[in-house]
This record gives sequence, C-alpha cells and structure tokens, in this order.
Amino acid sequence: MSMGPAFRIDDPAKAPMTDVTQPTGAARPRRKPRRPAEPAKRVQFDRPLLPWLFLLPQLAVIFVFFYWPSAQAITSSFYLEDPFGFGASFVGLDNYRDALGSAEYRRIAGFTTLFTALVTALSLGLGLLFAVKADKVIRGRSTYRTALISVYAVAPPVAGLMGMMLFDQHIGPFVTLAAQFGWNMQVGINYWDTAFAMILVSVWKQVPYNFIFFLSGLQGIPASVREAAVIDCKNGFTRFRTAILPLLAPTAFFLLIINITYALFDTFAVIDVMVKDKPANNPITLVYKVYNDGFRGNDIGGSAAQSVILMVVVLGLTLVQFRWLERRVHYG
Amino acid sequence: MASIDISNVSKTYPGASAPSVSDINLSIRDGEFIVLVGPSGCGKSTLLRMVAGLEDITGGEVRIGDRLVNGVDPADRDIAMVFQNYALYPHMTVRENMAYGLKNRRTPPTEIATRVAEAARMLELGPYLDRKPRALSGGQRQRVAMGRAVVRQPAAFLFDEPLSNLDAKLRVSMRGEIRRLQKRLGTTSLYVTHDQLEAMTLADRLVVLNAGRIEQVGAPLDIYHTPASTFVASFIGSPAMNLLDAEIRGTRLHIGGADLPLGVNTAAQGQVTAGVRAEDLYLAADGLPFRVDFIEELGAQRLVHGHVEGQPLTLAVAPDVALSDAVHLAIRAGALHLFDTASGKRLPASGTGARPARATEEMAGATARPLL
Amino acid sequence: MNRVRPFDHFVLILGTLFMVLPVAVAVMTSTHTAVEIHSHGLFLTPGGHGAETYATVLTRQGGFTGQVTGTRMMMNSLILGIGFAVGKIVLSMAAAYALVYFRFRFASFLFWIIFTTLLLPLEVRIMPSYQVMSDLGLLNSYTGLIVPLLASATGTFYFRQFFKSVPDELLEAARIDGAGPFKFLIDVLIPLSRTMMAAIFIIMFVYGWNQYLWPMLMTTEERFFTLMRGIKQILQVWVGSQIPDYNEAFALAILALAPPVLVVVVFQRWFIKGLTESDK
Repeated sequence: MSMGPAFRIDDPAKAPMTDVTQPTGAARPRRKPRRPAEPAKRVQFDRPLLPWLFLLPQLAVIFVFFYWPSAQAITSSFYLEDPFGFGASFVGLDNYRDALGSAEYRRIAGFTTLFTALVTALSLGLGLLFAVKADKVIRGRSTYRTALISVYAVAPPVAGLMGMMLFDQHIGPFVTLAAQFGWNMQVGINYWDTAFAMILVSVWKQVPYNFIFFLSGLQGIPASVREAAVIDCKNGFTRFRTAILPLLAPTAFFLLIINITYALFDTFAVIDVMVKDKPANNPITLVYKVYNDGFRGNDIGGSAAQSVILMVVVLGLTLVQFRWLERRVHYG
Repeated sequence: MASIDISNVSKTYPGASAPSVSDINLSIRDGEFIVLVGPSGCGKSTLLRMVAGLEDITGGEVRIGDRLVNGVDPADRDIAMVFQNYALYPHMTVRENMAYGLKNRRTPPTEIATRVAEAARMLELGPYLDRKPRALSGGQRQRVAMGRAVVRQPAAFLFDEPLSNLDAKLRVSMRGEIRRLQKRLGTTSLYVTHDQLEAMTLADRLVVLNAGRIEQVGAPLDIYHTPASTFVASFIGSPAMNLLDAEIRGTRLHIGGADLPLGVNTAAQGQVTAGVRAEDLYLAADGLPFRVDFIEELGAQRLVHGHVEGQPLTLAVAPDVALSDAVHLAIRAGALHLFDTASGKRLPASGTGARPARATEEMAGATARPLL
Repeated sequence: MNRVRPFDHFVLILGTLFMVLPVAVAVMTSTHTAVEIHSHGLFLTPGGHGAETYATVLTRQGGFTGQVTGTRMMMNSLILGIGFAVGKIVLSMAAAYALVYFRFRFASFLFWIIFTTLLLPLEVRIMPSYQVMSDLGLLNSYTGLIVPLLASATGTFYFRQFFKSVPDELLEAARIDGAGPFKFLIDVLIPLSRTMMAAIFIIMFVYGWNQYLWPMLMTTEERFFTLMRGIKQILQVWVGSQIPDYNEAFALAILALAPPVLVVVVFQRWFIKGLTESDK
C-alpha cells in the first residue's frame, strides 16, 4: 500500500486548508531548524492531566506495538536463537556479518536495488507524463482523471493476482504477445521473466499515486506563472523543463522517497503472490527475505539483523529528506 | 458597564530578552472609547489580549470594574471581543454564532432569543440569521462578529483591528457604525488599530504606543496638535509632519542656510528637530527655499513634495495656487513644533506668546484642512 | 498558449488503457467458466456465468476446515477496513488535539515519540511484532488484526496539520464564549473537521482493507481470513490443478478490489483533498 511507511514532516510549502471562514492573515510559522518548538497555537488550554488523557490511547498502542517490537528486533539481532527454542546465546555482530557476508544476501540486495530503481523511475515517469497531459486537456478531463486514479485502491496482492493471470502460461495475453517476438516468457520459472512481470505489476499499482500528486502539484502552479512562461519561452518542451518542472521539484522529491519505500516494502504482497511461496529460483527483495528467513527458516537472529539493516536504510532516506527539506526552507 | 484599570502592566514572552509591553498605566473610564494605535509590533495587540485574558500578564495588574482579573479565565471577565478575521464558527448559522456564548452561560433560551433578535435588528442582520458565515459578505461577517459581542451585554468591548480585512470604502462605513453602536450602548471599549485615521476618528482618547511603551495619551486633536514626540508627530496625521534638522540661535531658527523667525518662545538653544505640518506652511516672498519634486493632486488640495536645503518636505496648498519649481515658504506663526534631537521628546515652548495649537486651526480656516 | 494536440489525447488514452484494461479484463473474464477461459484465454466481452461464479465464491465453504466463505472473508475485510479507519480517526484526533491545543510539559518530546513511528514501516519489525502479539495472546482475534496497525502516526500527522491550519482566533473566540476543552472539541473542532475526517476515513479504509502481510501472519484460523488472505489461499490451491479455477480467482480479485475502488472513485474529491493537502 502506498501510504504505509510515511516520511511526512511538516511541509513548509503547504498552504493552510481553506474551509474555515478566513485564513489567518499571517502565514503559518515557518519550521526553523534547531529551534525550540513554538506552541502550535497562541492560546492553549492549561490543564495538567487532560492532554495525557487524550494522548494515552495513541501512546499505549505505539509503545506496545512499535517501540517494544522495534527494541526486540534490535536485541535479537545480537543473539543466536536455538532452533529448538532452548534459549539464545549472545553472538555480537555475527548475525550482521553473516547477512552482509553471504553471497545470497548480496545478490538479493543487488536485485532489490535494481527493482527499486526501475519501479521508482517508471512509476514516477508515467505518473508525471499522465499528469502533464491530463492537466492540459479540457475535454474528457474528469474521465481521464477518474480512470487514472481508480487503480490507487487496488491492493498489491490483487494486483499480483491479476498480473499472474495476464502472464499465465496458458491464458496470459502477455505471454502470447511475447511469443510473437520470439520471447518464450515463463513467469514463475524464468528469473528475469518473473522480475519483468513483478516490475510491471508494481509500476501499474503505483502510477495512480504519483499521478494524483503530480496533478495536484501542477494545478497548484499559478496561472500567472504559466502565462509568464508562455511569454518568455516559445518552445513547449523547453518551457516545461525550465519553468514548470522546477516548481514541481518539491512534489517530485517527496514522491521519490515515497516511491522508494513503496518499492522496498509495500511490494511485498506483489512478490509473495507472484513467487507463489517458491522463492528458490525467483527474484525476491530484502523484505521478502526478512520474512522468509524469520518465518520459514526460523532464523530469528539473522532475520532481526536484516530488519535492522533495513531500518538503517529507511532512517538514512529519512535523514536525506529532512536535510533536503531544511535546505528548501531557505530558498523556498 | 465598567471602568478598566491597567497598572504597571508588562509582558515578557518566555525566552524573549526584552519585554513586548512594559510598564503600561492606563485608566479607562466607564463608557469611554479608547483606541490603542501604533505600528506593528508595538505591543498594542498584546496589551489588548492581556485585558481579554488571552495572554498571561507577567507584571502589573488589570482590573475590570473593581475586580482584579489577572488570573481570571477569559470567559469570566465579562468582556466580548471582535477579531480581525471575525473568528466566526464556520459551521454555525449567524443565529447560532451569536447564541453560542450565551448558551454556554446557561442563559434561558427565551432570553437568548430576545437578545439575538435585538442585536440582529440593531445591526440589520435579520435576513441573514439562518445563513452560514460563508454565505455572507465581509461587511456582513463583521457585523455578525459585532452582534456576537453585543448579545453578551459585556462590561467592555475589545476590538482587535476589526476593520483591517475590509476594503477601504466598507471600512469607512463600518467605522461609523461601530462608533454609533458604541455611543448608543455606552459600553466601555478598547480598540486596537495600526491605522491612525481610524484611531483619530473613533477615539474619545487615543493611546499611541511605540516599542511596548506609551508615547502619548490624549484626545485625538490634542495629540494631533501637540505631539509629545517625533514618533507621535510622524505617526499621527497624514501627510506625516515634516521633521527638519534645525538650529536655534537666539530667536532665529536656522535650517541649512535659511534663517527665519522662531515664532514661539522657548528656552531651547542649539540643535533641535523642527516639526511643521504640511498645512502650516505657506508661500512667501522669502523664507525657506523650496525645490519642488512632484505634486500629488488630491482634489480638495494638492500635496507638493520637494526639498528644503537638502531635506525632504511636504507642503499642502489649495488646488488653485500656482507654483513654480523653486519657491519660498514661511511657517504660520505659532505652528512650529520643537523636539529634542537626541530623545525626540517635545521641547517646552514656555512663556510663549503663541496661541495653543488648536487656535491655529481655526484661524487658518481658509486654508486646506489637514487630511486625516 | 498551451494548445491541446491529438497526441495529448493519444497518450492519455494509452494511459487509461494501461491502467483500466487489466481490471476490465478481470471483470469480463470472471463471468466465463474455467473451461472456456482455459481453452480461449482472457475475455473482453461478458459471458453468461457471472452469477453462478460469484455465488460460488461468496457462499462455498472453502479452506481446510470449511469454515470460510467469500462472504465471511468480505465481512472480515470490512471489519478490518472500518475498524482500522475508525480506530485511526479516534486515536489520532485525540492525540493531535492534545498536541496542538494544550500547553503541557514534554509536549515536544511526545511529539517526537509519536512521529518517530513514521520512520519505520511495519514490515521491518514484522517478526518481533508477531512475537509480541503471540505473547499477548492476540493471534486470531480482531483486536490483534486491527490494533497493531494503529501504531503509526499518519493519522495524527494529518490531524495535527489540519488543526494547525484552523485559525487561532476560533479557539480564542470560543474561550471568551465560555467553552472548555471538551466543549470546544465537540462544538467547534469536530464539526469543522468533518471533511477532513471523511477524507482520512477513505484513505484509512482503503489502507486497512488492503492489508496483506499482517493479516496473513495474525490469522491462522480460517474464520478470520480476509479477502487478501483468500487470494493467497486460492493461488496455493491452484498450484498443481489441471484446469485452475481462473474464473473464481478473478471473481475473488474483483470482490477484493471493488469496494475500495468504488469508495475512491465516488469520493474522489475528498480523497484527493485529504491525500494531497495533508500528506506531505
């Protein structure tokens, strides 16, 4: 699902919502780095216990189902669990060494990188292309928009199932089509054929999300800026590249991070459905391996170590985004 | 109905090095209309919000009536407030907006209905009572916000720049309406604005604030004619009072190379800041050499912008006065204001033969009136 | 100006086909029999066996225990979708209210405690999460299905952003009007947030309905299976059969995608507004 892991932080460019009678004359206070948080409102309630009462349910759920498991993941990554359940022994960084040292892990990491890069690039590119065109046409605009958005709500496993059908050995039209070009496509059997199908399905699932954001980004560009660009630049493509695209950059960057996390994590269901529990010869991503080693292979420590490695990757991405956003505050 | 007493009130925000409002003393009589005016950031809104109870008071006391209200919740201070952006509840109808505060006070429903009807009649809101705020124009929303204050029958009205969101024409008519309403109800009012024109026209007494301190308190015309400092002189009145670097030598005033009679008696000698309103200057055979840069035609008068001895100066003349590029100006007798150059404070013109400033106004009746 | 050329429509039509055709094919094919599909391939025209296929999928007692029907799975998906959406709105609205409208110690610390959860998706802590659920005895329960998914701050974030955009003066006016924290919440803030709540409900419903990995781990008993779990099931049965039940697989896929797709299409405006105005 495309909104699972979120990296949303205060977007300084976000305009306040407008369904209250009057916007507050002044803009929202800018988020300045390294400054004690200012109160969200000029006037706040002063009750010692009430806020805790309101926060309690959220905090309880977070502690039990976020912090506790996260802490356990980190702890057990330093232990080797006895396969028969007789305790665990501390092994230091062995699990990490094993994971990073194994050729299989590195091969899967390589595939994950490729998969992520392709899915991100293609779904961003198609989303942008469709958004630009949909923003331009007037006739049939809402039909196109509805059609392009509708797939947003299709669950990844359902997308995977439909992909399986379309690439089915007997009935799949894609297989028939590929055969016309002499390509003997064997999804589920041939490694790269399966990878191709997985990427296509994952892209298909993610295009609507990018489309929605690009379209709303484009529609947020003031008409006056477009008109100024028309006066300043004759060539339509150059105009788009030099005047419109830079204004979409914040949206694009936000989407880049979201798409990377989508490709890393949310495609789990697509992969699980498409490899049909037989990951042996099929391409899988790192998240799938975490799951597979943990639940199938009973390698708790190794799975935990892999989890932690993924956490670090995600945190790294987040930090990049934070830094970038802070920088944007200055020239934005 | 109540008086409001503000004594030694200060406000320092947590973490701020300097107070935003310092040591304010102000006694507001029952039924008086007080306007707090000053540039943005001068602390006028903070002061108002401390009276409302929306900001903590970090020093001093605020009394409404005879009651110390420092620790009292805004709802219990018996005040009503009108906000710049109206702050109407968007999901409630006009009627519900006005009734909400009364309902929370457990006013009997019949009483609420009577008061809402009365306020609606007074503010001509009758036809709109069942509409939502978004279906109203800016002026109508403003009236609803006032209605919400009126139905409460509070001891005091607090206005926080209530007209700033309206266009110029509507502002003038709403100004009149606020004044009329206040006169009729006789409710003590504290009104914040950065618009000196609004301040002049509304106030019984004007409080000019600068950098968290009171510069001057007084009736609008007194402030206009005897500004206590260069800050007040340049803030109140439009066009702003001309302020020139000058030097007093004996009974002569030297501005650059020009030398003219002082016209007032003062003990001051040496460097001063000389202030003169645009309408207190007139064309003369000799006097201040004035170079015209450009002219603004305002219909009833013309404002002539130019320089005297390298210092900018504005002059107001009747529209039919002929002008050349270089003319000479004289200052009306007694119309000269003198300020200390360093502190900006008004210098006493003691033992002067000049009339009080207000008289100047009457005698100069033929000339253009100041554009407030 | 920006003239619209036929090429623009061409690209959009291709895009529309790319997005919609697979779904259309699935719908059409699901109305044919498995044998027809096996011999002919996929269909773009309706067949005559839709009613019986869907009836079978919805009512046949499948699985090893015979405890689960399509209807049952659909109900479980609905419980998960709605339960998750409602839980998310209640929890996150309360938390955001506390964070925005109250002055109290540790407020910014708690802000970070809550918002750190945005950084790590459930997938990277799936093993220990499962362990925790098992320790708490919550496997195979609706609580276990829904509550752990609530452990992220997305909703809190949306509401916090929205509350911050509500003019400060509304609270000030309400306080002068004598409203306390509960009165303000109920009389002013909740009515004001209605559009926002609807948008979040849609987003969260889709998110909950579409959950795959967590329900798969949490529910070993078939009576708790959701439609997503059913899809996994039907594929497992599929492996090794002569003529797989293509029609039923497609029918199940349609049942699984129709409710969220319809919700999104019908409430498009709210949904887009909710997503793009608060998601960044």
